[in-house]
Amino acid sequence: MTTTDAPPTPSPEKLSEVVIRFAGDSGDGMQLTGGQFTATSALFGNDLSTLPDFPAEIRAPAGTLPGVSAFQVRIADYDIHTPGDVPDVLVAMNPAALKTNLGDVRPNGVVIVNLDEFKKGNLKKAKYESNPLEDGTLDGYRAVRVELTRLNRQALEDVELSNRDRDRCKNFFALGMVYWMFSRPLEPTIDYLKRKFAKKPVVADANVRALQAGYNYSDITGAFQVRYEVEPADLAPGTYRNINGNSALALGFVAASRRSGLPLFLGSYPITPASTVLHELAKFKHYGVTTFQAEDEIAAVCAAIGAAFGGSLALTTTSGPGLALKSEAMNLAVMTELPLVVCDIQRAGPSTGMPTKTEQSDLLQALYGRNGESPLPVIAPSSPADCFNAAIEACRMAIRHMTPVVLLSDGYLANGAEPWRLPDAESLPDLRVEFAGGEAIDPERGFLPYLRDEETLARPWAVPGTPGLEHRIGGLEKQEDTGNVSYDADNHQRMTELRAAKVERIARSIPPLEVEGDPDADLLILGWGSSLGAITGAVRAARREDLKVARAHLRHLVPLPSNTGEVLRRYRRVLMPEMNSGQLAMVLRARFLVDILTLAKVQGKPFGRTELLEVIREILKTDAANRPEEA
Amino acid sequence: MGEPKTLTRKDFQSDQDVRWCPGCGDYAILKAVQEVMPELGVPKEKLVVVSGIGCSSRFPYYMNTFGFHTIHGRAPAIATGLKLARPDLEVWVVTGDGDALSIGGNHLIHALRRNIGLKILLFNNRIYGLTKGQYSPTSEVGKRTSSSPVGSVDPPFNPLALALGAGASFVARSVDIFQPHLKSTLLRAARHRGTAFIEIYQNCNIFNDGAFAYMTDKAQRATQVLELEHGAPVAIGAGDARRELRLDGLQLSAGSSEDDGEALVWDETDLNLASLMAHVGPPDLPTPIGVLHAHERPAFEDQMARQVAEQVEQRGGDGLDALIRAGDHWTVGPDGISDR
Repeated sequence: MTTTDAPPTPSPEKLSEVVIRFAGDSGDGMQLTGGQFTATSALFGNDLSTLPDFPAEIRAPAGTLPGVSAFQVRIADYDIHTPGDVPDVLVAMNPAALKTNLGDVRPNGVVIVNLDEFKKGNLKKAKYESNPLEDGTLDGYRAVRVELTRLNRQALEDVELSNRDRDRCKNFFALGMVYWMFSRPLEPTIDYLKRKFAKKPVVADANVRALQAGYNYSDITGAFQVRYEVEPADLAPGTYRNINGNSALALGFVAASRRSGLPLFLGSYPITPASTVLHELAKFKHYGVTTFQAEDEIAAVCAAIGAAFGGSLALTTTSGPGLALKSEAMNLAVMTELPLVVCDIQRAGPSTGMPTKTEQSDLLQALYGRNGESPLPVIAPSSPADCFNAAIEACRMAIRHMTPVVLLSDGYLANGAEPWRLPDAESLPDLRVEFAGGEAIDPERGFLPYLRDEETLARPWAVPGTPGLEHRIGGLEKQEDTGNVSYDADNHQRMTELRAAKVERIARSIPPLEVEGDPDADLLILGWGSSLGAITGAVRAARREDLKVARAHLRHLVPLPSNTGEVLRRYRRVLMPEMNSGQLAMVLRARFLVDILTLAKVQGKPFGRTELLEVIREILKTDAANRPEEA
Repeated sequence: MGEPKTLTRKDFQSDQDVRWCPGCGDYAILKAVQEVMPELGVPKEKLVVVSGIGCSSRFPYYMNTFGFHTIHGRAPAIATGLKLARPDLEVWVVTGDGDALSIGGNHLIHALRRNIGLKILLFNNRIYGLTKGQYSPTSEVGKRTSSSPVGSVDPPFNPLALALGAGASFVARSVDIFQPHLKSTLLRAARHRGTAFIEIYQNCNIFNDGAFAYMTDKAQRATQVLELEHGAPVAIGAGDARRELRLDGLQLSAGSSEDDGEALVWDETDLNLASLMAHVGPPDLPTPIGVLHAHERPAFEDQMARQVAEQVEQRGGDGLDALIRAGDHWTVGPDGISDR
């Protein structure tokens, strides 16, 4: 540290948006640090989007490359849709974090490193041949080298903690520095620390001091040449909270339970990245929620089916490998026509794949991964906050149409977060249900458990305990109306068609596919699920360049909105970016005979806005070049 | 609503034709269950029979109650969800040796561990019937079947020992054709709170005929069937033929009444005794039937329901808006942020 007088604080430079990535060892608390920066920025009024990136190992050996955990947040003074492609600021708590993340940082970006960690042993663990702080690796970046460990220990000198425990506060020292750099208040984080460590005031105090020390250090030393400000965004009026996809799902299911008047039952088995839905719902017992941690994935879905038979709003949550295990039971729900929601929080496969990395590659499994002709509705939320609405819609389809429904989220939505404009409970769909009662008994034929509603083709929901409605259901083919076991050839044909028609009927109650962009665009970007943000950003940027492009996003994948084919045929070119090898494109090509281009990405990472923009430019440039020859 | 009418066996017979092979032991078990049901004092709409896959699992179709013929091995899991969602229902599970002990083994042991209020009837015929006669996880070693033409090599499960090992709070055995015994055992199970597990020896007259003849033949019953009764001496036969079971160290051994020592008095609450008794059987000793073990412990569905009820009581006043608005939130007015 220098002993000269503090330089004058630079007046903050205004930025429209900034992307910050916090990276460190998985024990360094980077998720917490990033979460705090996010919460403070949300309260400040920025629009934001976040992306955690953590290793599958709970604690890989400290200092190694597989042990690096990172959290990216993008804050802006306008409406944004993605956590950003290229960090402007990187906080690297050790050499491994620098090595795995530096390549993503924009040229001349700010890189804050903990100098104390760049010692021989750690450099070796990070597989650095020479010290990157000295060998020119950081040329072209604005590197801020801070003796973070030493300064943090110094700040906590008179706190009654071991050095090991003092070191555990150094993420807050780093956060304090970043808060200074972006002119953020410390109070929200101080309040948070006091709440979190209410029972351990020494720990709370140590973290608060570390935070303040980091802030003051930046203020006094002028460690940064500049200071930035990102103004609040012009968000639509309303009350907001910051929410990730899995929390939004959990709230959506409780909301559906309340709006339907049915108790919520979740059968689940822990699996990454779906477990947090189970954790969240386990907290909501006071809303009458029952969560059952089953012995395996199969028992989890089976228990949910049992609860559905009993009249609960039944749910099971899983990820790809678990969906595979559940498929036989899901077919039982198809055959017995019971309402059930199956949430698949997709991750990179096949097999165990990359559990903490995102992908959209379970689509065909959801559509077709069961024996026999087995149609069921599939819905995919498009943003973390949209998970709330998608959960309600999945429940609506399940109970109105007496069918299992698959909700396809993914790891990106599950862990990513954004501000959510809170709805009024009263504005949510009315899902009230009436179980079949005595009126359902036909004087001549008795109760007919497979007699269908004319509008929806749904069979009655006749729950045990209802006098006179005693009946048997099961996985064997049913005779139409009576539900008795039937091996009749024509009956099987008819029932197969009826099950398909019932699912297709749902298209009557879903909104049409809407297009944003040029009505006479040369190129339509069609997406589904979590790519909405990147596609929207890319298409808007392309249109600012006067490229004639439009976009549409599918939320209901089965059944498709009734105008899907018409929309697809309207454009000369259709491009589908998918985090798989082109699964939905294959389905749509087969169904509508439209030549769809696939942009496949299977890297465990979501699409970036910039990469999509480049693809749009490339396609339109090539088309333009080819056009005269056509003419 | 008038007085609930007294139900009879007929009330529990459905309109479906029973389609087991003529002579199958399942007929006898169906008859016993239909005769016992009226004695439970439960309206039939409150009864649900859940089954898996196999010959025995056709059972629900023949019961005029609510029923669910599910998928192979999963009946305890589906029944668990139903019982959790609807503790007011009486949920019976009908399963077989293949269904419960092979493909569904995991669900069986976890149901027993949790002590959820299911009555699990395991029809044990020691063979796969519906798939035409392959050896099962209770078939004896050396069983020659279509899938084991020179004899099976894997040793069988002992279902009672397995159930006890899984922590079952009620474990019993009965036999298809021992109707009075079967019915009294079913009644005991019905009145037990928590999981009741009954292994029912059942003859498959097509693929494994006579599997239990060593004890069910009239000539054999007096010497080969040991009927356990809580508080009564464990003994078989009368007069000179009487043999008593004695606790000999950590073994059970048989002796005549003239020998020294005293007959063991059966205590169904003693788990250690039950564990010994689960292994008693031929060739050295007769086969025990009756209630091996019964003890009271909290039922899973009661504990789950209590947690929910307590939380609703303590914190349940909040509406949906309170849930949506929980945690840090901020309000944006027409002129930007107005409230944090």
